[in-house]
Amino acid sequence: MYKTLIIKEELCTACGACENVCSRVYFKEENREKSAIRIENKPDGIKITACSQCGQCIDLCPVEALYRDKNGIIRIKKELCVGCFSCVGFCPEGAMFFHGDYTEPFKCTACGLCVKECPTGAIAIKG
Amino acid sequence: MTVNNLGKHKLLAEYKYKPAKLYRGYTSKSLYVNLSDNKIKEKEVTEMMKEKFIGGRGFGLWYLWNATTPNTRWNDPENEIIISPGPIGGITQYPGAGKSLVVTLSPNTGTVVDSNVGGYFGPLLKFSGWDALEVQGKAENDVVIFIDGNQGLVRIEEAPEEAVDSHILAEQLTELYADSEEDKRNISVVSAGTAAGNTMIGMLNFSFYDVRRKAVRLKQAGRGGIGTVLRDKKIKGIVVKFKGLKGDLNNPADFAKIAKTGVKLHKEICRLDDSQNRMRRNGTTFLAGIMNDYDLLPVHNFKYGSHPDGSQLAANNWVKMFDPGKADGCWYGCTLGCSKVVVDFELKTGPYKGQKVIVDGPEYETIAGVGSNLGIFDREYILECNFYCDTYGIDTISFGTTTAFIMECYENGIINKQITGGLELNFGNKEAVLELLHQMSRGEGFGKMAGLGIKKLKEIFIKEYGADPQFVNDIGMEAKGLEYAEYVSKESLVQQAGFGLANKGPQHDEAWLIFMDMVNNQLPTFEDKAEALHYFPMFRTWLGLVGLCKLPWNDIVPESNKDTEEPAKIIEHVQNYVDLFNAVTGKNIDIDGMIRQSEGVYQFQRVFNLRMGFGTREYDKVPYRSMGPVTVEEYESRRERYDNQLKELVGVDPEGKSTEEKIKILRKYREEQYEKITDAVYERRGWTKNGVPKLETLQKLGMDFPEVVELVKRYQ
Repeated sequence: MYKTLIIKEELCTACGACENVCSRVYFKEENREKSAIRIENKPDGIKITACSQCGQCIDLCPVEALYRDKNGIIRIKKELCVGCFSCVGFCPEGAMFFHGDYTEPFKCTACGLCVKECPTGAIAIKG
Repeated sequence: MTVNNLGKHKLLAEYKYKPAKLYRGYTSKSLYVNLSDNKIKEKEVTEMMKEKFIGGRGFGLWYLWNATTPNTRWNDPENEIIISPGPIGGITQYPGAGKSLVVTLSPNTGTVVDSNVGGYFGPLLKFSGWDALEVQGKAENDVVIFIDGNQGLVRIEEAPEEAVDSHILAEQLTELYADSEEDKRNISVVSAGTAAGNTMIGMLNFSFYDVRRKAVRLKQAGRGGIGTVLRDKKIKGIVVKFKGLKGDLNNPADFAKIAKTGVKLHKEICRLDDSQNRMRRNGTTFLAGIMNDYDLLPVHNFKYGSHPDGSQLAANNWVKMFDPGKADGCWYGCTLGCSKVVVDFELKTGPYKGQKVIVDGPEYETIAGVGSNLGIFDREYILECNFYCDTYGIDTISFGTTTAFIMECYENGIINKQITGGLELNFGNKEAVLELLHQMSRGEGFGKMAGLGIKKLKEIFIKEYGADPQFVNDIGMEAKGLEYAEYVSKESLVQQAGFGLANKGPQHDEAWLIFMDMVNNQLPTFEDKAEALHYFPMFRTWLGLVGLCKLPWNDIVPESNKDTEEPAKIIEHVQNYVDLFNAVTGKNIDIDGMIRQSEGVYQFQRVFNLRMGFGTREYDKVPYRSMGPVTVEEYESRRERYDNQLKELVGVDPEGKSTEEKIKILRKYREEQYEKITDAVYERRGWTKNGVPKLETLQKLGMDFPEVVELVKRYQ
């Protein structure tokens, strides 16, 4: 059983607290473009995107910088990553992100900080 | 062997340098190595060079122009090999951004040639501090040039022990210079092979280390005999080592823009490749089946365009043999990933018989060149031939097209078993083809003669063996001394001229128009064709100035492309390139500006041909086999098509006429068409009727250097 983020979109109010805490912790600023969880208000409802740890990106990486750690989390070895963003383009869920300020991509590591911030229980950690 | 062999290397020269910091795609330094006197120095890359020659092929042409004179021949010490990646080269975010461009005086054509190639060498060279590498002179004994971009060190070392053939040598040198298994990805080797030294059709292998398969892979700068020049200079290998690759080492003006543009194309490929060319699965093999279906696949020395066994060479059969991989780019970030590979392939012939090896490819050109064009449809044989061409340092296109010519001459009795030393070079004889190739490696027998290439073989067959000059000139598929790439251009006037008017000779990288003409029917009128012969060579030249691959331009197409004004141009991708150039260099060009950059360099290359004694209309002539049916059986095989053309296009009733008469009438018509399109293209390119750039054209493009003006004036 991998540790993953469980998503219940029907409970989400799109308050953005999860995005803010994520970018604040990892990039020291509140900027949803730098968050590893993304909330979108779509015509057919709210969409939450975060990595499901499916691991399809592992084989795509030309430098073997992507791997699954002992908790089942897909992680990026920054020292190997050459910033090609192949993984960003090919993620089946659109959950591998990039930002022009950084040369490496970033993703959800199921750290759970956003879960603590979520006022409605729309996200939870499993595993 | 690693430590022992380094011990046997004798240091001839060492140069220490402080690696230049990159600024907006350039280091503004180039490395010059002279093997005659073992001098190593650095040169400034001037603002003029960046402005007018941009990089890549442009830098190569400029350096070679200054290093040589009209009297320099390919095997003179003054000749250079120049390798340059271009300002965009080495970005990792956009597919196909790791190309090196190589320029030299060619043993095939006697004039300047350029060839593009993947692998890691160009980008690692740049990140080691050099926008270009210029190698001049000749060594006394076999040498390795070693560039360490972290230490700031260039060495010339005598290297007596290593192999010459690339599949062993590239591995040996990677082992030798890497600190560890992990470090191998930081090494790239340029090498040729044994046959490159014994023929005129040698090519260069550029290596990259495949971390998943733990193997050295090879990509080829195939055209024009550059491997022959490398071996003539007694270079075994050129090695670059650079550790510390990151996504922004070009120090671009706008990294965010590059990242965004790259991710956009990654997503497009992810979404569409499976329903388009399936490059990620098939590589370029997808073309073989299509070309056979459209009667464009060369069979029996371009005599025919398809074969009942052609389906044997279709992509679905190759895919079964490929080792599946999801990261098969020849530079980081190429998600089109056409570098397919066959692993554990057991060789059945030659000096490495019984060895299990990796075969890079085969690519379409190789399949058609050493396969269908020789009447061979056996995939195992094609892999074997592909492997040996690569490791021996032989261009599969020139080898295939030359052998096809030899086979037709053999079948027509121009040469016989006595002349070939017992080789029965009939179409379909794969054993004889492989033996011919092994002879090239050993530098003996008929293989040595065959390795001279078609232009010289024609002379020998006429002079020594009494061949009918018209027949061998009609069927010998070379122009400007370079063997044809593997497309039957008979029914496509635009491709005939695409080959014939190409600066370096009939190679598809300048004007690959056959697909848009014959498959997509995007160039219906004469005006469309003439304009295409201006725009596309210029556009494609540009990719070679900046360090980009052509395949991600048109082997993946956005959904909206069909609704654009000119779908053949794939304008969204062209705009991507403009955006990348501006984002790397901080300049502000548009599409017209991009074409202008190319035009300048293209005109300069044409003048370079002129300087070397070529570059006028007579050198743009093509063999009739590329235009239409030469022989009776060739006409008869597509009689309905040709008879209809006589009626509808020429206005002649074929009834009651002999095939020979019909061939003659059709020929007259087609040759006139070729002259007509030549006139139109010359006009569009700003050339005289004799194919020489007009002074005003050169002035407009800023290519009016005094030496250029002086030369061109004589031809106005």
